[in-house]
Amino acid sequence: MMEKMIFGRYVPAQSIIHRMDPRSKLILIFLFVCVVFIANNVYTYAALIIYTFAMILLSKVPVRFIIAGLKPVFLLVIFTLILHLFLTREGAIIFELGPITIYEEGLRQGIFISLRFFLLILMTSILTLTTTPIEITDGLETLLGPLKKVKFPVHELALMMSISLRFIPTLMGETDKIMKAQTARGVDFSGGPIKERVKAVIPLLIPLFVSSFKRAEELATAMEARGYRGGEGRTKYRQLSWRITDTMMLLLLAALSVILILLRT
Amino acid sequence: MDITLQNVEYRYQANTPFERLAIEDVSIDLPAGTFLALIGHTGSGKSTVLQHLNALIKPTKGTVKIGDTTITPNKKQKNLKHVRQRVGIVFQFPEHQLFEETVEKDICFGPMNFGVSEQEAKARARRAIQQVGLSEEILLKSPFELSGGQMRRVAIAGVLAMEPDVIVLDEPTAGLDPRGRQDIMNMFASLHQERNLSTVLVTHSMEDASRYADQIAIMHNGKVERKGTPAEIFSNPERLLELGLDVPEVVNLQHKLESAFGRKFAKTCLSMEDLAEEAMKLLKGGDSL
Repeated sequence: MMEKMIFGRYVPAQSIIHRMDPRSKLILIFLFVCVVFIANNVYTYAALIIYTFAMILLSKVPVRFIIAGLKPVFLLVIFTLILHLFLTREGAIIFELGPITIYEEGLRQGIFISLRFFLLILMTSILTLTTTPIEITDGLETLLGPLKKVKFPVHELALMMSISLRFIPTLMGETDKIMKAQTARGVDFSGGPIKERVKAVIPLLIPLFVSSFKRAEELATAMEARGYRGGEGRTKYRQLSWRITDTMMLLLLAALSVILILLRT
Repeated sequence: MDITLQNVEYRYQANTPFERLAIEDVSIDLPAGTFLALIGHTGSGKSTVLQHLNALIKPTKGTVKIGDTTITPNKKQKNLKHVRQRVGIVFQFPEHQLFEETVEKDICFGPMNFGVSEQEAKARARRAIQQVGLSEEILLKSPFELSGGQMRRVAIAGVLAMEPDVIVLDEPTAGLDPRGRQDIMNMFASLHQERNLSTVLVTHSMEDASRYADQIAIMHNGKVERKGTPAEIFSNPERLLELGLDVPEVVNLQHKLESAFGRKFAKTCLSMEDLAEEAMKLLKGGDSL
């Protein structure tokens, strides 16, 4: 059941997006998050959707795979939609049934906000699907580099990030393994009343915590044994290189923002 | 209880870019009372086969029959508890599954999930802890203050306390010292006999496979490469060596003796005593052979 999760997973492929500099991808995502908020009507959202799907196509990650992996997120999106539907009380009434009233503004906002949410998740998924965790942290470390001047622990932060990203799949695998072991001992993870299900989590979580702590300790020892002493004077094996495509991609996003600003009402 | 795998295929993460064929066209018969050893390299699909024995995963093709329950790719199975109660799996490094405050509670966890009363579960815990060669005092300790070997035994006791009809072992002795290995294997062998269990042992040790099993299946690249009794399997060591697998010391020695004498022995010997006897026969009455 964990098999379809796509968070923090890298799908190797040869595509323009894969070959982009992680720095430009990070900047792109950051700007995209801002740009999304410019959109406020059908045309601007249409432009955003076209842009996002163009990115998915360029990344050569199978669309079906992304959709299947985002299933848990759909729930959240639908939840947002429903909240907006019922809690916004503006505009004309379009539907009324007993205590339930749905207003036009509620429908509009619900759709737009959940769409915004969904597009953001899609774009960030493209980032993690096409960039190895190491690239992401390398990019982040150089981008945040200037902050070192004000004693901000950039290297440590990047290291923490790369370690946690690196261990997501490991933890998933471990979860799957322990789930199977406990299922074999008669735990039912998939059915039964809520109370039972909550109880079923304990035999899963405790072994996971125990092994995570153990692993953290072993990792620390292993790093020390290999002479790790923090970021001071550490050189890089992988050099980042900014290419023309990176500039082009940023220009493309700039073009999108101009279009959005022109189309917005 | 009989278990049958018929042309089973399993793909991990089907329909994703990570899709990977794990096993293909695997057919294994496991009548009650069999001791089957599954041998093969890492990644040959042994562990995947093993998870089918307890319906932890559903085949992507073929059928699995566990007792009266049939599992096919498209059928939704609601309640498999009765299957899981009767087939106990000791996973690799089973000590990772311990979680309770005390050893006793942890051992009781399985049986109580299957509806055994607390009193009965505690009685079973006492029996199980003795079976795995630990003393009863350990029952009140926390599983996390035990040594690695003790934790392994406690985890095994947790499966034994479920009193399954079929016991499936995934490299139960990996990472133990030689003495611990032998203790644990001997315990499983005697359990197998006393309780008339079916046992499936996944192992890298040819010695264990030849000593304990009465059927051996060799897995290679997700397929069952050969099946047979230990004598049949080891009578043709060249094939095993081709697959990069070892043969037991005894068989090795027999082959060396055979080439030294320039003669074949009457049978493939699986213990040193057997081999000595055969060699004696050959030396004394050599002409009759």
